[in-house]
Amino acid sequence: MSQIAVIPHNANEVWKLPSRGVVGMACLILAEATIFLIFVVAYVYYIGKSLNGPTPRDVLTLPIFATVCLLSSSLTVHLAVATLHAGKRAMCSFWLAATILLGGIFLGNTAFEWHHLIYHDGLSIRTNLFGTTFYSLVGLHATHVIVGLLMLSLALLFSLRGDITGKRSERLEVLSLYWHFVDGVWVVVFLVVYVLGR
Amino acid sequence: MATQTPVTAILDETTMIAPRSTALQVLHDWLTTVDHKKIGLMYIGYALLFIVIAGFEALLMRVQLAIPNNTFVSPQVFNRLFTMHGTTMIFFVAMPVLLGFGNYLIPLMIGARDMAFPRLNAFSFWVSAFGGLLLYFSYFGGSGLYGAGSAPDVGWWAYAPLTAKAFSPGHSTDYWTLAILLSGVGSIGTALNIVATAICMRCPGMKLSRMPLLVWVYLVMSLMIFVTISPLTAAQIMLMLDRYMGSHFFDTQAGGSAVLWMHFFWIFGHPEVYVLIMPAFAFANEIIPVFSRKAIFGYPAMVAATVGIGFVSLSVWAHHMFTVGMGPGANTFFVLSSMAVGVPTGIKIFNWLATIWGGKIHFTTSMMFAIGFLFQFLLAGLTGIMLAVAPFDWQLGNSYFVVAHFHYVIVGGILFMLFSAFYYWYPKMTGRMLSEKLGKWHFWLFLIGFHVTFDLMHIPGILGMPRRVYTYEADRGWMMWNLLVSSGAVVQTIGVLVFVYNLIWSYFKGPVAGADPWDAWTLEWSTASPPPSYNFAVIPSVESRRPLWDLKHPEDSDSHYE
Amino acid sequence: MAIEIWQNLAVLELPDVIHGPTSIFSPDGTPAHSVFGLSMLVLGITLSIFLIVGGLLLYALIRYRHRPTDINAAHEPAQIYGSNQIELSWTVVPILIVVMLFLATARVIYTTEHAPKPAEALDVTVIGHQFWWEYRYPKYGIVTANELHIPVSDRKHPTPTYLTMSSADTNHSFWVPRLAGKMDVIPNKINTMWIDPSVPGLYLGQCAQFCGAQHAKMLLRVYADSPAEFDAWIAHQKQPPVQPSLQDASVAEGQAVFLHNACISCHTIAGTVATGRFGPNLTHLASRDTFASGSVPNRPENIRAFVSDPAHFKPGALMPAMHLNDHDLDVVTAYLTTLK
Repeated sequence: MSQIAVIPHNANEVWKLPSRGVVGMACLILAEATIFLIFVVAYVYYIGKSLNGPTPRDVLTLPIFATVCLLSSSLTVHLAVATLHAGKRAMCSFWLAATILLGGIFLGNTAFEWHHLIYHDGLSIRTNLFGTTFYSLVGLHATHVIVGLLMLSLALLFSLRGDITGKRSERLEVLSLYWHFVDGVWVVVFLVVYVLGR
Repeated sequence: MATQTPVTAILDETTMIAPRSTALQVLHDWLTTVDHKKIGLMYIGYALLFIVIAGFEALLMRVQLAIPNNTFVSPQVFNRLFTMHGTTMIFFVAMPVLLGFGNYLIPLMIGARDMAFPRLNAFSFWVSAFGGLLLYFSYFGGSGLYGAGSAPDVGWWAYAPLTAKAFSPGHSTDYWTLAILLSGVGSIGTALNIVATAICMRCPGMKLSRMPLLVWVYLVMSLMIFVTISPLTAAQIMLMLDRYMGSHFFDTQAGGSAVLWMHFFWIFGHPEVYVLIMPAFAFANEIIPVFSRKAIFGYPAMVAATVGIGFVSLSVWAHHMFTVGMGPGANTFFVLSSMAVGVPTGIKIFNWLATIWGGKIHFTTSMMFAIGFLFQFLLAGLTGIMLAVAPFDWQLGNSYFVVAHFHYVIVGGILFMLFSAFYYWYPKMTGRMLSEKLGKWHFWLFLIGFHVTFDLMHIPGILGMPRRVYTYEADRGWMMWNLLVSSGAVVQTIGVLVFVYNLIWSYFKGPVAGADPWDAWTLEWSTASPPPSYNFAVIPSVESRRPLWDLKHPEDSDSHYE
Repeated sequence: MAIEIWQNLAVLELPDVIHGPTSIFSPDGTPAHSVFGLSMLVLGITLSIFLIVGGLLLYALIRYRHRPTDINAAHEPAQIYGSNQIELSWTVVPILIVVMLFLATARVIYTTEHAPKPAEALDVTVIGHQFWWEYRYPKYGIVTANELHIPVSDRKHPTPTYLTMSSADTNHSFWVPRLAGKMDVIPNKINTMWIDPSVPGLYLGQCAQFCGAQHAKMLLRVYADSPAEFDAWIAHQKQPPVQPSLQDASVAEGQAVFLHNACISCHTIAGTVATGRFGPNLTHLASRDTFASGSVPNRPENIRAFVSDPAHFKPGALMPAMHLNDHDLDVVTAYLTTLK
């Protein structure tokens, strides 16, 4: 069998496969979701097991405003993608900027919360099991927010330069999936840390 | 039905005309490549390097254990040896070699020109490779560069709180953590690539129901990687926070739980075994039919069994923890789930048996290794059932019986099938056949060595010998068995040396293979050996699961039956 | 029912090499026996499966080998793609086997882990240390190390011993194969198990969970004593150790050396200022057959060598070399050997 056989392409058939960007992001989200799941399990497992204070009830307050900001940023990033598809590039930049602003408010809020916890309430990652699990879970999420904000800022830059066209518009869609995921994780973190754990 | 006529591809002959490049150019070419075939080969070469190192560590351990109260190595060195042997074999031999084969074969088998994300592919390889180098750097820098080196010595599952700063001072455990973290990132990257490739890059006509079983199994394995490697990654992050920032995840003095680490580790650890065995299934699914000259029996059942194993294997982890004191309820649950995983595994074995049944079996070296795999995997599965019986495990757990059991899976199952895959695909990768004569020597030496070592290793476990001991008492009746086990290891080593010699000799002197030396049926055999960098001059399209069968037997093509 | 039958069959047939001082197939006591019976059932089933499937495989390999001399050698065999009936049958049969095995297993799990505790049961607290065992008898106020004494248990009037276990440092595992399966000894977690040997004698085992450098020499010795022997042992252990006789100057001097060195920060000797808990309790050291967690015979020259440099016997043990001069070593050894 020295002959190299190739079966010719059948041009009559329409052959369409899913976008690899979307599939790849779905895989990444699955892997990341599992990492978060393990941190959530650790958090839940250690609720009430700290040997000393402060306890969540003593020091945590509900971050309602920050949560509203982060969740509405999901809507704005969706609008950014939708306006891009509709060909309105200026609107796309506007909604991207709005998303970054809302995400930034959320991140700033976390920073203030941590500052208060560390310097006023004396809760650090070393203090007790609550500190350990709280900072690591919320911190892991905040890290993802930071990464998302950096990517969104890049996207905004490209958008302002008018570079997001054609194939690149799919990349913004993939990025928006990531951002939705980060928001979805916050819902879980919020429920576990601020509702269930308090 | 489209008409199908074989045509000779227009081959790009520039590579043959091009002048010989300098060593520096070759090096630059390999270091910067994003070609899935080169990355696959680098994965394989890297794994072969580490298998020699980790195999040497195993030999040192067997010398130490050959007789009781031996002082060949100190307890500290012995603990480092088994930690490094286990960690290396799992993370820097098994994972890379299996991902390497997947990398090489998947685009070729689905008629694609590369993986979905070629640059991510290169990134994943280099991150994993760096992890391995970091792990071995600990031999020099584990106590900080000023002191003597000390490799990790906490065991490959690194139970807390032995890994805490209090019990493992110095940096050796940090090297271990970082190395595994990096290897995990690389594995997740490659798995993501494999999923995206299998889903988004198939050639026209290759529906999921026509995808070669190898690709199916790799797809399921990659999906498993996301949910198994990630828990390990998360746990390693926690361990690093504990060690560097003073947090208390696994600090039992501050109320932390040692058992939580066990859960996290085995949520990774057990599915990981299936992640590793799946590629062996994948190879068997391609090799056994070709050398039996029959289509795989029960393709849909094979896919279903693979998916079934994937799901069930996620719920069996705590059978590593029957002696932890989980209580009868949890123990009973994990007995059931662990036994249940035997059902889809059984289906696979029966389907391979039915594939052989009624065929015309060609006993090539590749097929002989595959047959060895079938018998040994069957036995390994049955000792697995014994260990799944929790009360039996209360006795056998953490004994040499367990060591024998999982080496039966990993060596008798995975490594045998891997050798089979080497003999089968080496011609495709290099354009030369491996020597069958040397191959037979390799097979018989390795088979005998394997059985002497790992059959007999079950017995000291039954006689009460725990694992991870650097020496043992003379009055327990373990000596004869250990001596025999150690002698088998020597025979295995000779077999592996024959294999390595074969790999090198055949590369220069082996018979030229041609595109399709085995008269096989999947797309990788339709292109040249070794394939050009673009794989296919014309992207093929397929009508069935065995496109080359259809081509060779137009009167009886598979597409009539599907 | 089936388990008992298997058990009786198997005892007759097991070859001698499979018995030994730590063999799981030489059980004594209820937990080890019920595991043994179950394991014989499982071995029988798995062996049958292996013979059937392996036999079929072997038959197929021989029957369907490629014969170059065959008339049809050049032709491909008939292609068969699958059969729903056959595949269904080899799915259902394994499921039935799994269900059966599962039920037998669940029974043994519950009868062992949920066994009612008789009022006569003896309680012992087991604390795992790197790399030795501490045993505490709360009812008698006794603390000892490395050699566990328990009463034999009569089937008619069972006096099992219940072990309540935890660890002072890393994970360990308590495994005396002839008495019961292992149970892990974990810090910050309390586990229990029970043993009830019916024959007096010495039962051996060792730590079965990797716990650090000297995991291999963290041996277990369980002495099953007759009721009279056990009572005598308890009475002896309750007494304070014999005070060194003032006539023997070297013993008195040895005590002084012991009490004025770092020994006392890790070791306890009842009735003295030595109250450390990091190392084994030495109150009745001389009454034990071994020391260093069962790994060294209790002879004066061994004690002397161990105090001089523990790493000689157990490299990686946590006790430091004491750097005593020859004279001090002699007198400390003389003192320690009097602690009957």
